[in-house]
Amino acid sequence: MKIKLHGTRGAYPTSSKETQKLGGNTSCIEIIEESQRLILDAGTGILEIDFDSYAASKRVDILLTHLHMDHIQGLGFFKPIFNPQKEIHIWGPGGSSYPLKDRLNKFLSPPLFPVMLRDIPSKLVIHELPNKPFKLGEFLITAKFVCHPGPTVGYRIQKGSKSVAYIPDHEPVLNRPELFKEDRWISGFDLCNNADLLIHDSQFNREEYENKVGWGHCTMRIAAELSKRARAKHLVMFHHDPAHTDEYRSAMFTEFVNTHTYDFPVELAVQGQEIEI
Amino acid sequence: MSAHEIEIILSRQLADCLSVPVFIVDPEGTLVFYNEPAEKILGQRFQDTGEMRVGDWGNAFQPHDKKGKAIPQDELPLVSTIKSHVPAHKTFWIKSLEGKSFKISVTSIPIIGRSKEFSGALAIFWDNDLKV
Repeated sequence: MKIKLHGTRGAYPTSSKETQKLGGNTSCIEIIEESQRLILDAGTGILEIDFDSYAASKRVDILLTHLHMDHIQGLGFFKPIFNPQKEIHIWGPGGSSYPLKDRLNKFLSPPLFPVMLRDIPSKLVIHELPNKPFKLGEFLITAKFVCHPGPTVGYRIQKGSKSVAYIPDHEPVLNRPELFKEDRWISGFDLCNNADLLIHDSQFNREEYENKVGWGHCTMRIAAELSKRARAKHLVMFHHDPAHTDEYRSAMFTEFVNTHTYDFPVELAVQGQEIEI
Repeated sequence: MSAHEIEIILSRQLADCLSVPVFIVDPEGTLVFYNEPAEKILGQRFQDTGEMRVGDWGNAFQPHDKKGKAIPQDELPLVSTIKSHVPAHKTFWIKSLEGKSFKISVTSIPIIGRSKEFSGALAIFWDNDLKV
Protein backbone atom coordinates (compact mmCIF):
# COMPACT_ATOMS: atom_id res chain seq x y z
CA MET A 1 0.00 0.00 0.00
CA LYS A 2 1.27 3.43 -0.87
CA ILE A 3 0.05 6.48 1.03
CA LYS A 4 0.46 9.92 -0.48
CA LEU A 5 -0.02 13.04 1.61
CA HIS A 6 -1.54 15.76 -0.55
CA GLY A 7 -2.69 18.11 2.20
CA THR A 8 -1.41 18.24 5.77
CA ARG A 9 -2.68 21.58 7.17
CA GLY A 10 -5.69 22.07 9.36
CA ALA A 11 -8.24 24.86 9.40
CA TYR A 12 -7.47 26.74 6.19
CA PRO A 13 -4.99 26.58 3.32
CA THR A 14 -2.00 28.83 3.42
CA SER A 15 0.20 30.02 0.59
CA SER A 16 2.76 31.86 2.68
CA LYS A 17 6.40 31.13 1.97
CA GLU A 18 6.89 30.13 5.58
CA THR A 19 4.52 27.17 5.32
CA GLN A 20 5.59 25.58 2.05
CA LYS A 21 7.99 23.01 3.45
CA LEU A 22 5.29 21.09 5.36
CA GLY A 23 2.73 22.26 2.84
CA GLY A 24 -0.16 24.69 2.67
CA ASN A 25 -2.96 22.42 1.47
CA THR A 26 -5.65 21.21 3.83
CA SER A 27 -6.36 17.56 4.65
CA CYS A 28 -6.27 15.00 1.91
CA ILE A 29 -4.43 11.71 1.57
CA GLU A 30 -4.48 9.12 -1.15
CA ILE A 31 -4.11 5.39 -0.62
CA ILE A 32 -3.01 3.35 -3.61
CA GLU A 33 -2.81 -0.38 -4.05
CA GLU A 34 -1.97 -1.45 -7.57
CA SER A 35 -4.70 0.05 -9.77
CA GLN A 36 -7.05 0.91 -6.95
CA ARG A 37 -7.14 4.15 -5.03
CA LEU A 38 -9.00 5.73 -2.15
CA ILE A 39 -9.07 9.42 -1.31
CA LEU A 40 -9.42 10.32 2.35
CA ASP A 41 -10.81 13.80 2.88
CA ALA A 42 -11.24 16.45 0.26
CA GLY A 43 -9.38 19.48 1.54
CA THR A 44 -7.45 21.54 -0.99
CA GLY A 45 -4.91 18.71 -1.16
CA ILE A 46 -7.31 16.84 -3.44
CA LEU A 47 -6.48 19.36 -6.17
CA GLU A 48 -2.93 17.94 -6.26
CA ILE A 49 -4.11 14.51 -7.33
CA ASP A 50 -3.60 13.58 -10.95
CA PHE A 51 -6.66 11.47 -11.61
CA ASP A 52 -5.72 10.60 -15.18
CA SER A 53 -2.09 9.55 -15.16
CA TYR A 54 -2.27 6.44 -13.00
CA ALA A 55 -4.88 4.27 -11.33
CA ALA A 56 -7.21 5.76 -13.94
CA SER A 57 -10.70 4.60 -13.28
CA LYS A 58 -14.20 5.71 -14.01
CA ARG A 59 -14.94 5.46 -10.33
CA VAL A 60 -13.51 7.70 -7.59
CA ASP A 61 -14.12 6.93 -3.90
CA ILE A 62 -13.73 9.75 -1.42
CA LEU A 63 -14.01 8.99 2.29
CA LEU A 64 -14.71 12.06 4.40
CA THR A 65 -13.90 12.11 8.08
CA HIS A 66 -16.26 15.03 8.68
CA LEU A 67 -17.60 18.12 7.02
CA HIS A 68 -15.49 20.88 8.53
CA MET A 69 -14.41 23.16 5.72
CA ASP A 70 -10.75 22.14 5.69
CA HIS A 71 -11.84 18.60 4.84
CA ILE A 72 -14.26 19.41 2.02
CA GLN A 73 -13.18 22.67 0.45
CA GLY A 74 -11.52 20.92 -2.52
CA LEU A 75 -14.63 18.90 -3.23
CA GLY A 76 -16.23 21.44 -5.51
CA PHE A 77 -13.10 22.03 -7.57
CA PHE A 78 -11.37 18.74 -8.33
CA LYS A 79 -11.57 17.82 -11.99
CA PRO A 80 -13.44 14.49 -11.99
CA ILE A 81 -16.50 16.08 -10.42
CA PHE A 82 -17.10 18.00 -13.66
CA ASN A 83 -16.52 14.98 -15.89
CA PRO A 84 -19.80 13.27 -16.89
CA GLN A 85 -17.88 10.04 -17.49
CA LYS A 86 -16.85 9.82 -13.84
CA GLU A 87 -18.69 8.20 -10.99
CA ILE A 88 -17.85 9.93 -7.71
CA HIS A 89 -18.71 8.05 -4.54
CA ILE A 90 -18.58 10.19 -1.44
CA TRP A 91 -18.64 8.40 1.90
CA GLY A 92 -19.10 10.18 5.19
CA PRO A 93 -20.69 10.06 8.62
CA GLY A 94 -24.41 10.48 8.99
CA GLY A 95 -25.67 13.07 11.45
CA SER A 96 -28.15 12.66 14.28
CA SER A 97 -30.88 14.54 12.43
CA TYR A 98 -29.78 15.53 8.93
CA PRO A 99 -28.51 13.08 6.33
CA LEU A 100 -25.03 13.47 4.86
CA LYS A 101 -26.44 14.64 1.54
CA ASP A 102 -28.34 17.53 3.15
CA ARG A 103 -25.31 18.59 5.10
CA LEU A 104 -23.03 18.45 2.05
CA ASN A 105 -25.62 20.35 0.09
CA LYS A 106 -25.22 23.30 2.45
CA PHE A 107 -21.71 23.76 1.08
CA LEU A 108 -22.27 22.64 -2.50
CA SER A 109 -25.03 25.11 -3.27
CA PRO A 110 -25.42 28.90 -3.66
CA PRO A 111 -24.44 31.23 -2.15
CA LEU A 112 -21.35 29.33 -0.96
CA PHE A 113 -20.87 27.48 -4.26
CA PRO A 114 -22.25 28.41 -7.69
CA VAL A 115 -23.40 24.94 -8.76
CA MET A 116 -26.16 22.98 -7.08
CA LEU A 117 -25.28 19.48 -5.94
CA ARG A 118 -27.91 18.07 -8.29
CA ASP A 119 -26.37 19.91 -11.27
CA ILE A 120 -22.88 18.52 -10.87
CA PRO A 121 -21.99 16.82 -14.20
CA SER A 122 -20.41 13.64 -12.84
CA LYS A 123 -22.51 10.86 -11.45
CA LEU A 124 -22.46 11.61 -7.75
CA VAL A 125 -23.33 8.91 -5.25
CA ILE A 126 -23.42 9.82 -1.57
CA HIS A 127 -23.15 7.05 1.02
CA GLU A 128 -23.58 7.32 4.75
CA LEU A 129 -20.97 5.14 6.39
CA PRO A 130 -22.24 1.81 7.67
CA ASN A 131 -21.75 0.89 11.31
CA LYS A 132 -19.74 -2.16 10.32
CA PRO A 133 -16.51 -2.63 8.36
CA PHE A 134 -17.10 -2.73 4.60
CA LYS A 135 -15.10 -3.46 1.50
CA LEU A 136 -14.22 -1.22 -1.40
CA GLY A 137 -12.42 -3.45 -3.86
CA GLU A 138 -9.54 -5.03 -1.99
CA PHE A 139 -9.64 -2.50 0.85
CA LEU A 140 -11.38 -3.31 4.11
CA ILE A 141 -12.61 -0.07 5.65
CA THR A 142 -13.56 0.56 9.24
CA ALA A 143 -14.97 3.92 10.24
CA LYS A 144 -15.61 4.80 13.88
CA PHE A 145 -16.90 7.95 15.46
CA VAL A 146 -14.16 9.75 17.37
CA CYS A 147 -13.99 12.70 19.73
CA HIS A 148 -14.21 15.90 17.66
CA PRO A 149 -17.02 18.47 17.44
CA GLY A 150 -19.80 17.36 15.06
CA PRO A 151 -20.17 13.94 13.46
CA THR A 152 -16.57 12.88 12.85
CA VAL A 153 -15.02 9.52 12.13
CA GLY A 154 -11.52 8.15 11.91
CA TYR A 155 -10.65 5.42 9.41
CA ARG A 156 -8.72 2.21 9.39
CA ILE A 157 -7.92 0.96 5.91
CA GLN A 158 -6.71 -2.59 5.65
CA LYS A 159 -5.38 -4.60 2.76
CA GLY A 160 -4.21 -8.08 3.64
CA SER A 161 -1.99 -7.82 6.71
CA LYS A 162 -1.25 -4.11 6.22
CA SER A 163 -3.24 -1.30 7.74
CA VAL A 164 -3.21 2.46 7.95
CA ALA A 165 -5.21 4.49 10.46
CA TYR A 166 -6.19 8.05 9.59
CA ILE A 167 -7.55 10.29 12.35
CA PRO A 168 -6.70 13.81 11.28
CA ASP A 169 -8.92 15.67 13.76
CA HIS A 170 -9.07 14.09 17.17
CA GLU A 171 -9.04 14.92 20.86
CA PRO A 172 -8.62 11.46 22.44
CA VAL A 173 -9.14 12.85 25.95
CA LEU A 174 -10.79 16.08 27.01
CA ASN A 175 -8.78 18.27 29.34
CA ARG A 176 -6.83 15.42 30.89
CA PRO A 177 -3.07 15.23 30.90
CA GLU A 178 -3.07 11.49 30.24
CA LEU A 179 -5.05 8.91 28.31
CA PHE A 180 -7.39 6.76 30.37
CA LYS A 181 -5.59 3.74 31.77
CA GLU A 182 -7.97 1.29 30.14
CA ASP A 183 -7.65 0.97 26.34
CA ARG A 184 -11.43 0.56 25.99
CA TRP A 185 -11.93 4.13 27.14
CA ILE A 186 -9.69 5.74 24.55
CA SER A 187 -11.43 7.32 21.60
CA GLY A 188 -10.09 5.87 18.34
CA PHE A 189 -8.15 3.07 20.01
CA ASP A 190 -9.53 0.25 17.85
CA LEU A 191 -8.68 2.11 14.68
CA CYS A 192 -5.04 2.53 15.66
CA ASN A 193 -4.56 -0.88 17.23
CA ASN A 194 -1.41 -2.43 15.70
CA ALA A 195 -1.66 -0.22 12.63
CA ASP A 196 1.39 -0.17 10.38
CA LEU A 197 0.94 3.55 9.96
CA LEU A 198 -1.00 6.07 12.04
CA ILE A 199 -1.67 9.50 10.57
CA HIS A 200 -2.95 11.53 13.49
CA ASP A 201 -3.85 15.01 14.66
CA SER A 202 -1.09 16.66 16.69
CA GLN A 203 -1.86 20.32 16.23
CA PHE A 204 -1.10 21.75 19.63
CA ASN A 205 1.66 22.04 22.13
CA ARG A 206 0.68 21.85 25.79
CA GLU A 207 0.27 25.58 26.32
CA GLU A 208 -1.93 25.97 23.25
CA TYR A 209 -4.11 23.05 24.27
CA GLU A 210 -4.82 24.55 27.68
CA ASN A 211 -6.69 27.37 25.95
CA LYS A 212 -8.35 25.18 23.36
CA VAL A 213 -9.88 22.30 25.28
CA GLY A 214 -12.85 20.88 23.41
CA TRP A 215 -11.78 22.26 20.04
CA GLY A 216 -11.27 18.68 18.89
CA HIS A 217 -7.50 18.59 18.50
CA CYS A 218 -4.66 17.24 20.59
CA THR A 219 -1.05 17.69 21.49
CA MET A 220 1.91 15.93 19.94
CA ARG A 221 2.36 14.09 23.19
CA ILE A 222 -1.18 12.69 23.34
CA ALA A 223 -0.89 11.60 19.69
CA ALA A 224 2.36 9.80 20.46
CA GLU A 225 0.98 8.23 23.64
CA LEU A 226 -2.03 6.94 21.72
CA SER A 227 0.28 5.50 19.09
CA LYS A 228 2.36 3.82 21.78
CA ARG A 229 -0.64 2.40 23.64
CA ALA A 230 -2.13 1.06 20.41
CA ARG A 231 1.24 -0.33 19.32
CA ALA A 232 1.07 1.50 16.00
CA LYS A 233 4.32 1.01 14.14
CA HIS A 234 4.83 4.47 12.67
CA LEU A 235 3.31 7.82 13.59
CA VAL A 236 2.90 10.72 11.19
CA MET A 237 1.90 13.93 12.94
CA PHE A 238 -0.77 15.67 10.93
CA HIS A 239 -3.04 18.74 10.88
CA HIS A 240 -0.47 21.50 11.17
CA ASP A 241 -1.81 24.81 12.40
CA PRO A 242 -1.72 27.20 9.41
CA ALA A 243 -0.77 30.00 11.79
CA HIS A 244 2.44 28.12 12.58
CA THR A 245 5.33 28.60 10.23
CA ASP A 246 7.32 25.54 9.25
CA GLU A 247 10.12 26.84 11.43
CA TYR A 248 7.87 27.12 14.46
CA ARG A 249 6.26 23.74 13.84
CA SER A 250 9.64 22.07 13.36
CA ALA A 251 10.92 23.64 16.58
CA MET A 252 7.84 22.31 18.40
CA PHE A 253 8.56 18.88 17.00
CA THR A 254 12.28 19.00 17.84
CA GLU A 255 11.50 19.99 21.40
CA PHE A 256 9.01 17.15 21.62
CA VAL A 257 11.32 14.41 20.30
CA ASN A 258 14.19 15.69 22.43
CA THR A 259 12.13 15.20 25.56
CA HIS A 260 10.22 12.01 24.70
CA THR A 261 11.42 8.63 23.53
CA TYR A 262 9.38 6.15 21.55
CA ASP A 263 10.38 2.87 19.97
CA PHE A 264 8.64 3.62 16.68
CA PRO A 265 9.32 6.31 14.06
CA VAL A 266 7.60 9.63 14.64
CA GLU A 267 7.66 12.35 12.01
CA LEU A 268 5.87 15.46 10.84
CA ALA A 269 3.60 15.06 7.83
CA VAL A 270 4.97 16.75 4.73
CA GLN A 271 2.83 17.61 1.74
CA GLY A 272 3.89 15.48 -1.23
CA GLN A 273 5.34 12.77 1.01
CA GLU A 274 4.83 9.15 0.00
CA ILE A 275 4.92 6.30 2.48
CA GLU A 276 4.96 2.65 1.56
CA ILE A 277 3.75 0.06 4.04
CA MET B 1 -12.21 -6.58 24.07
CA SER B 2 -13.08 -3.71 21.76
CA ALA B 3 -13.18 -0.08 22.76
CA HIS B 4 -16.40 1.58 23.91
CA GLU B 5 -18.43 3.64 21.49
CA ILE B 6 -17.57 7.33 21.49
CA GLU B 7 -20.86 8.33 23.18
CA ILE B 8 -20.01 6.06 26.13
CA ILE B 9 -16.46 7.43 26.30
CA LEU B 10 -17.78 11.00 26.28
CA SER B 11 -20.39 10.09 28.91
CA ARG B 12 -17.56 8.99 31.17
CA GLN B 13 -15.71 12.22 30.55
CA LEU B 14 -18.85 14.14 31.50
CA ALA B 15 -19.43 11.99 34.59
CA ASP B 16 -15.83 12.59 35.62
CA CYS B 17 -16.55 16.32 35.79
CA LEU B 18 -19.78 16.14 37.81
CA SER B 19 -20.25 16.36 41.55
CA VAL B 20 -23.42 14.24 41.52
CA PRO B 21 -23.23 10.43 41.38
CA VAL B 22 -23.35 9.03 37.85
CA PHE B 23 -23.52 5.41 36.77
CA ILE B 24 -22.91 4.23 33.21
CA VAL B 25 -23.93 0.78 32.02
CA ASP B 26 -23.50 -1.08 28.76
CA PRO B 27 -26.44 -2.67 26.87
CA GLU B 28 -26.20 -5.81 29.03
CA GLY B 29 -26.45 -3.80 32.23
CA THR B 30 -22.83 -4.18 33.22
CA LEU B 31 -21.73 -1.15 35.19
CA VAL B 32 -18.83 0.04 33.07
CA PHE B 33 -18.11 3.24 34.99
CA TYR B 34 -19.15 5.16 38.08
CA ASN B 35 -17.71 8.47 39.16
CA GLU B 36 -16.26 9.50 42.52
CA PRO B 37 -19.56 10.69 44.06
CA ALA B 38 -21.07 7.32 43.05
CA GLU B 39 -18.24 5.52 44.80
CA LYS B 40 -19.62 6.85 48.07
CA ILE B 41 -22.99 5.20 47.36
CA LEU B 42 -21.51 1.87 46.36
CA GLY B 43 -18.88 1.98 49.07
CA GLN B 44 -16.30 0.87 46.57
CA ARG B 45 -13.91 2.57 44.21
CA PHE B 46 -14.08 2.12 40.46
CA GLN B 47 -10.33 1.66 40.25
CA ASP B 48 -10.66 -1.25 42.69
CA THR B 49 -13.74 -2.95 41.30
CA GLY B 50 -13.56 -2.26 37.57
CA GLU B 51 -16.73 -3.24 35.77
CA MET B 52 -19.57 -4.85 37.77
CA ARG B 53 -22.39 -7.09 36.60
CA VAL B 54 -25.95 -5.94 37.17
CA GLY B 55 -26.48 -8.57 39.87
CA ASP B 56 -23.54 -7.16 41.79
CA TRP B 57 -24.33 -3.46 41.67
CA GLY B 58 -28.17 -3.57 41.55
CA ASN B 59 -28.57 -4.28 45.24
CA ALA B 60 -25.35 -2.80 46.56
CA PHE B 61 -27.05 0.35 47.84
CA GLN B 62 -30.12 -1.49 49.18
CA PRO B 63 -32.90 0.34 47.31
CA HIS B 64 -36.19 0.36 49.24
CA ASP B 65 -39.49 2.17 49.50
CA LYS B 66 -40.76 4.46 52.24
CA LYS B 67 -41.79 1.49 54.37
CA GLY B 68 -38.43 -0.19 54.02
CA LYS B 69 -39.56 -2.84 51.52
CA ALA B 70 -36.83 -3.78 49.08
CA ILE B 71 -37.30 -2.60 45.50
CA PRO B 72 -36.73 -5.39 42.98
CA GLN B 73 -33.77 -4.82 40.68
CA ASP B 74 -36.01 -4.72 37.59
CA GLU B 75 -37.84 -1.68 38.96
CA LEU B 76 -34.73 0.43 39.27
CA PRO B 77 -34.67 3.21 36.64
CA LEU B 78 -31.34 2.17 35.16
CA VAL B 79 -32.39 -1.46 34.78
CA SER B 80 -35.69 -0.32 33.30
CA THR B 81 -33.87 1.85 30.74
CA ILE B 82 -31.60 -1.01 29.76
CA LYS B 83 -34.65 -3.13 28.99
CA SER B 84 -36.90 -0.52 27.40
CA HIS B 85 -34.33 1.87 25.87
CA VAL B 86 -36.41 4.79 27.15
CA PRO B 87 -35.74 7.23 30.00
CA ALA B 88 -36.94 6.36 33.50
CA HIS B 89 -37.25 8.19 36.78
CA LYS B 90 -37.97 7.08 40.32
CA THR B 91 -37.75 8.44 43.83
CA PHE B 92 -36.86 5.90 46.49
CA TRP B 93 -34.63 5.32 49.48
CA ILE B 94 -31.19 3.79 49.72
CA LYS B 95 -29.02 2.93 52.69
CA SER B 96 -25.79 4.68 53.41
CA LEU B 97 -22.75 2.65 54.37
CA GLU B 98 -23.60 3.48 57.98
CA GLY B 99 -27.04 1.92 57.52
CA LYS B 100 -29.00 5.19 57.47
CA SER B 101 -31.81 5.50 54.88
CA PHE B 102 -31.94 8.56 52.70
CA LYS B 103 -34.27 9.62 49.94
CA ILE B 104 -32.93 9.95 46.42
CA SER B 105 -34.27 10.54 42.95
CA VAL B 106 -32.73 8.71 40.03
CA THR B 107 -33.06 9.66 36.40
CA SER B 108 -31.73 7.37 33.74
CA ILE B 109 -31.44 7.99 30.03
CA PRO B 110 -30.58 5.71 27.14
CA ILE B 111 -27.36 6.46 25.30
CA ILE B 112 -28.03 6.25 21.59
CA GLY B 113 -25.30 7.68 19.40
CA ARG B 114 -25.18 8.75 15.81
CA SER B 115 -25.05 5.14 14.71
CA LYS B 116 -28.64 4.99 16.10
CA GLU B 117 -27.67 1.91 18.08
CA PHE B 118 -28.30 1.55 21.80
CA SER B 119 -24.91 1.79 23.46
CA GLY B 120 -26.00 1.71 27.09
CA ALA B 121 -27.52 4.02 29.67
CA LEU B 122 -26.54 6.64 32.17
CA ALA B 123 -28.14 7.37 35.54
CA ILE B 124 -27.81 10.42 37.74
CA PHE B 125 -28.60 10.08 41.43
CA TRP B 126 -29.90 13.09 43.31
CA ASP B 127 -29.90 13.29 47.11
CA ASN B 128 -33.26 14.91 47.91
CA ASP B 129 -31.96 16.32 51.19
CA LEU B 130 -29.10 18.06 49.47
CA LYS B 131 -29.25 21.83 49.80
CA VAL B 132 -27.96 23.66 46.73
